[in-house]
Amino acid sequence: MSAATMTLNNAGIERSSRHTATIYLKEAKYEFLKNLRLRMYTASVLSFPIMFYVLFGLVLNSKEAIGGTGVPTYLIATYGTFGVMGASLFGTAAGLASDRGLGWLQVKRASPMPPFAYFAAKVITSMVFSAIIVLALFTLGITLGGVRMPFADFARLLGTLVAGSLPFSAMGLALGYFTGPNSAPPAINLIYLPMSFCSGLWVPFLFLPKVVRQIALVLPPYHLSQLALGVVGAGAHQSNATHWEVLGAFTMICLGVARIGFQRDQGKLYG
Amino acid sequence: MIATMEQGQNVDTVTPGSIVASLEAVNKNYGNVRALRGVDFRVRAGQIVALLGPNGAGKTTAVKLLLGLMPPNTGRVRVFGGDPTNPENRMRTGAMLQVGRVPETLRVREHIDLFSTYYPKPMSSTKILAAAGLEKLSDRKFGELSGGQKQRVLFALAICGDPDLLLLDEPTLGLDVEARRLLWDEIRHLVGRGKTVLLTTHYLQEADALADRVAVINQGEIIAQGTPAEIKAQTSGKRIRCITSLSTPSLRQIPGVTEVKEDREAVEIHAREAEPVVRELLARDAKLSGLEITSAGLEEAFLALTQDSAKNGNHSN
Repeated sequence: MSAATMTLNNAGIERSSRHTATIYLKEAKYEFLKNLRLRMYTASVLSFPIMFYVLFGLVLNSKEAIGGTGVPTYLIATYGTFGVMGASLFGTAAGLASDRGLGWLQVKRASPMPPFAYFAAKVITSMVFSAIIVLALFTLGITLGGVRMPFADFARLLGTLVAGSLPFSAMGLALGYFTGPNSAPPAINLIYLPMSFCSGLWVPFLFLPKVVRQIALVLPPYHLSQLALGVVGAGAHQSNATHWEVLGAFTMICLGVARIGFQRDQGKLYG
Repeated sequence: MIATMEQGQNVDTVTPGSIVASLEAVNKNYGNVRALRGVDFRVRAGQIVALLGPNGAGKTTAVKLLLGLMPPNTGRVRVFGGDPTNPENRMRTGAMLQVGRVPETLRVREHIDLFSTYYPKPMSSTKILAAAGLEKLSDRKFGELSGGQKQRVLFALAICGDPDLLLLDEPTLGLDVEARRLLWDEIRHLVGRGKTVLLTTHYLQEADALADRVAVINQGEIIAQGTPAEIKAQTSGKRIRCITSLSTPSLRQIPGVTEVKEDREAVEIHAREAEPVVRELLARDAKLSGLEITSAGLEEAFLALTQDSAKNGNHSN
């Protein structure tokens, strides 16, 4: 075998696992930077939950309680859920719809990028933004709202909410495959705002009309918020396992839908 | 060794003349639209091949099939002897596609850094920036660039992995004359180093200036293949340009004249052979001036070929 062929063989060898890890890290890093620098994204995703929390939890009602839990503490769980949901949906769906519709995703797919790295980067970015939102709420709650909990509870709440970003990232991927660059943001709003309301993320669950409370039982944000409320001692009815099961099933369904979209893309695009 | 045999890859593809990429009897439909019909097309190592055709001819579809972005309906697509979706083949291929929007908040060097990471042996960022003419722009955010600069970034992403095969879809679209020349030079330089380039274009001049081989595509079919000279020879003929007082209808009646066009103050006469027509012109109009005789260029060949294929296409539909 000639030297030229030997070199070619080496070029054909698969990437080492360290190289692959580098790809995943860089993909995630640049996805995060890209979103961070998108002022519309960062501003809206961070500011809405924070604004609502400050207004309804700190300025008004800060001395009230809901079913035994102080309002500032209660609202960290619900607005935390709201914030995580928004960050994950907008982070994944809007970007994916835009990348698909405008040809950028094709450039990346034509390259040696492992396709999974693209999706993993979006999911990780959503989790990081979710963590930032939750930590911001913690800071406000502790400093201005008198929220006091054992450190372990804070850690568990953060972990619960950040893990809860996964179902909504999955939902975002499914949505991103079935909307276009312009229709994605309105579609997200049309779905997630009513969902949030009916799940008790704005008006606390106990105060919702009975009909709405029935609907909430099938809504993922309801289940995540119940898990979060459970950490702060304000959860209601079912065991944690039920909530995680619903979220897990929801995630699987969304990933299935996303996969259909992924395969459909391969035959569809005109050029 | 065993891995190579299992994949059935034709490893020895740096040999000039070996087939680096091919479409074999490929049909591709989008619903009712037949984008590619029975296309047979080969790209050999070390060449610049131009796929030349009007908009909607199927050029981009051909490139997307070669990149493994979608499968053909029938037929076979091969890159480096293997499946184009194989990551190992993708590591040796660079692509430049027409893109509506690239993430605008990332800087030029960040885009290049990320894409370079995908490849096992990327070029250094200094070389990439130099080859694409982006040295002064590396810190700019993509959204702040002009259209031509954005094209150059896409070119940088295509070459950053030092690939053996480059697939470029309309690479000079939107570039001014100087930027286009620079890109042509860079393409020639890459081929000089042993790379292979397939580019699509509807600029006849680009195919003529750059390509070793041209494949003319129209309405999903390859209607001619060959060197630029061979394609031109397929519609033999001369162009006679002059300023004359003779009327256009009377010019059309000169034997051997196939077409007469008016171009401002002059006329352009197409004929199989120039000499008999010129003799006749000089005999009829002693005051004739501005006489120029040239070979029919690629433009005439192209128009003739596509008009012919359009006529024939109506039958086969």
